[in-house]
Amino acid sequence: MNVRDLSPSELRDQLERGAFRLRIGPFVAQVRTGLASVVRSLGFFYGDYPLEPFEPFEPFEPFEPFEDDSGIADFHLRLAPPPGLRRYYRPQVLFFQDGRSQFQPYPQGLAPPLFEWGLNWCISKQAHQYLIVHSAVVERGGRALLLPAHPGSGKSTLTAGLVHRGFRLLSDEHALIRPEDGRIVPVPRPIALKNESIAVIQKLGPELVFGPTFHDTQKGDVAHLRVFEDSVKRSEETAAPGWVVFPKFIKGGSHRLEPVAKAAAMMELVDNSINYSVLGSVGYRALARLVDESMCLSLDYEDLSEALDELKHLPERAL
Amino acid sequence: MKGHLDTATGLVLTALTRPRDLLDLRPIQWDELLCRARNTRLLGRLGAELDALGLLDRLPRKAVDQIRAELTVTAENARMVRWEVNRISRALREVGVPIILLKGAAYVLAELPPATGRLSSDVDIMVPKETLAQVEAALIRDGYEAVKLDSYDQRYYRTWMHELPPLCHRERRTVVDVHHTILPESGRLRPDPRALTEAARPLTDGLRILSPPDLVLHSAAHLFQDGDLDGGLRDLVDLDLLLRHFGADPAFWEGLVPRAVELSLARPLYYALRYCQGLLGTPIPVVVQQAARVAEPIAPVRSAMDALTCRAVTPDGWEGPSLRTGWARFLLYVRSHWLRMPPWLLTRHLVRKAMARAFPPT
Repeated sequence: MNVRDLSPSELRDQLERGAFRLRIGPFVAQVRTGLASVVRSLGFFYGDYPLEPFEPFEPFEPFEPFEDDSGIADFHLRLAPPPGLRRYYRPQVLFFQDGRSQFQPYPQGLAPPLFEWGLNWCISKQAHQYLIVHSAVVERGGRALLLPAHPGSGKSTLTAGLVHRGFRLLSDEHALIRPEDGRIVPVPRPIALKNESIAVIQKLGPELVFGPTFHDTQKGDVAHLRVFEDSVKRSEETAAPGWVVFPKFIKGGSHRLEPVAKAAAMMELVDNSINYSVLGSVGYRALARLVDESMCLSLDYEDLSEALDELKHLPERAL
Repeated sequence: MKGHLDTATGLVLTALTRPRDLLDLRPIQWDELLCRARNTRLLGRLGAELDALGLLDRLPRKAVDQIRAELTVTAENARMVRWEVNRISRALREVGVPIILLKGAAYVLAELPPATGRLSSDVDIMVPKETLAQVEAALIRDGYEAVKLDSYDQRYYRTWMHELPPLCHRERRTVVDVHHTILPESGRLRPDPRALTEAARPLTDGLRILSPPDLVLHSAAHLFQDGDLDGGLRDLVDLDLLLRHFGADPAFWEGLVPRAVELSLARPLYYALRYCQGLLGTPIPVVVQQAARVAEPIAPVRSAMDALTCRAVTPDGWEGPSLRTGWARFLLYVRSHWLRMPPWLLTRHLVRKAMARAFPPT
């Protein structure tokens, strides 16, 4: 059953009860909220995503051995206004994980993007079964193209462009590298575009579906791009390492796609990694393997379509 | 006593005391257990236990994922603690004072059972009070800086507390708490830090840890004299593991209660033994139980503490603490303040805190 199969009132009811369990790649997020904006936003962005069954905790039922892992959530999330009078005066919203409020209150108007930011934060903080690199990941022909980058480098813009040109989205935010076999695990979520890049990507074509633009966030204007159904459906298909491209958007600069030495690529990836030090030697081996098995490049670009043309032809070049 | 517990807490206690029973758990119970264990910082402990029993591969995949992730974090935490202790002892070498490691740092460096799967948020050390100024100066020279506190809090720490205001390393962002004794100086119970230091055992590199009975007594004092018991189940598990570990030696049991009386920590020890045994089934010799009753409170106090403690240590689920748990923690918080300072100081402190909340600094 997918989110789309719920009627609007069922969706609202499940979210109000906290019976809504969304499967996103390897993760299950249980969400509870009474905020209409979040209900709408989840229905809009996550229509194609599967729902996990939810049975309330019945302590008095006899124990039965488990059959599969359905029924276990990774993240228990709640978005709710803080108690008290702020409900009426410039309303706010809090983000709870495991029943605990995790951030300072946000203006209630930002509740839908807060869900996305909060979930990113949960993955970064908890999913240490993976080596996590702050990176976009797309796939072509079974091989992953990683775009690790600091904010402002145009990572999301390139990702949206690549998805538009037929790459499959694995993630806009987290490259999840499985230490056991070095494969990259998809966790497809809406792509967050900021400021000028919103209009740039909107111009690419009507098949790219955007949610509303949120103004004046800490990151400026933010709008999310809905994930194509194909990427959601293939969430369980992992990818082998292919290319690691470090993008840099340079206004007025020249266009360059150049190889990067493996050692330099490794250091750059360490710098972009979220939990490299947490994983210790496991993290080192996983990252070294990724670098070994990938073609490592740097990309300076100004013109999006020129950059996309070049990246699009990477799969045809020998590894 | 267990009548005060709800079923989900029972689940966590079962997990801790009879981990093999977890093989029969249904997924939705795992869901509840994982969330609650994480909230009370016991998921790593539980995972380490399951791993040691070789049961991890027989659990649902999602449970294993979350447990392995947590074990990764606790392993890193232990590395961090070891490195930080190394840095601290290097920074304090010139001062030449005996450094006693406390709590998590002591468990990790001495490789005591509570260290496995444990998360420490900071490193706690104890030094003689007369060397505090030198120690603080040496740490600041080495890159630690005071966590931002207003002048009232700074003064409060330095006048009344058992530790300096926390110091945080500029680059590593790790926090060290420098103690000169184990309970606030303003409090009702004032164990003599010199007695603790004299009994301490050498470790390596001029580092020491408290003697076995003192390790237990410090943990008990911290839990039952100095806090609201939110997350107290983890501390109770530490105590349970220490008692089981040191309890293998009969001499430990013989010396425990007399030492508690000597340090005026018999009441916290009484509670520690009572709730370890009641909730976690810690084996405690009958003679020790009887001896600990020298500090037994009167029946109404005892039953109030039973009710409050059992509720306060309830691990929160994803719906947050229940109203009863919230109340129990609030009352225990009030109690800990009552024990921590005399009424005149408490009044002054609360008025000051209320003012600060009503008129926050701009």
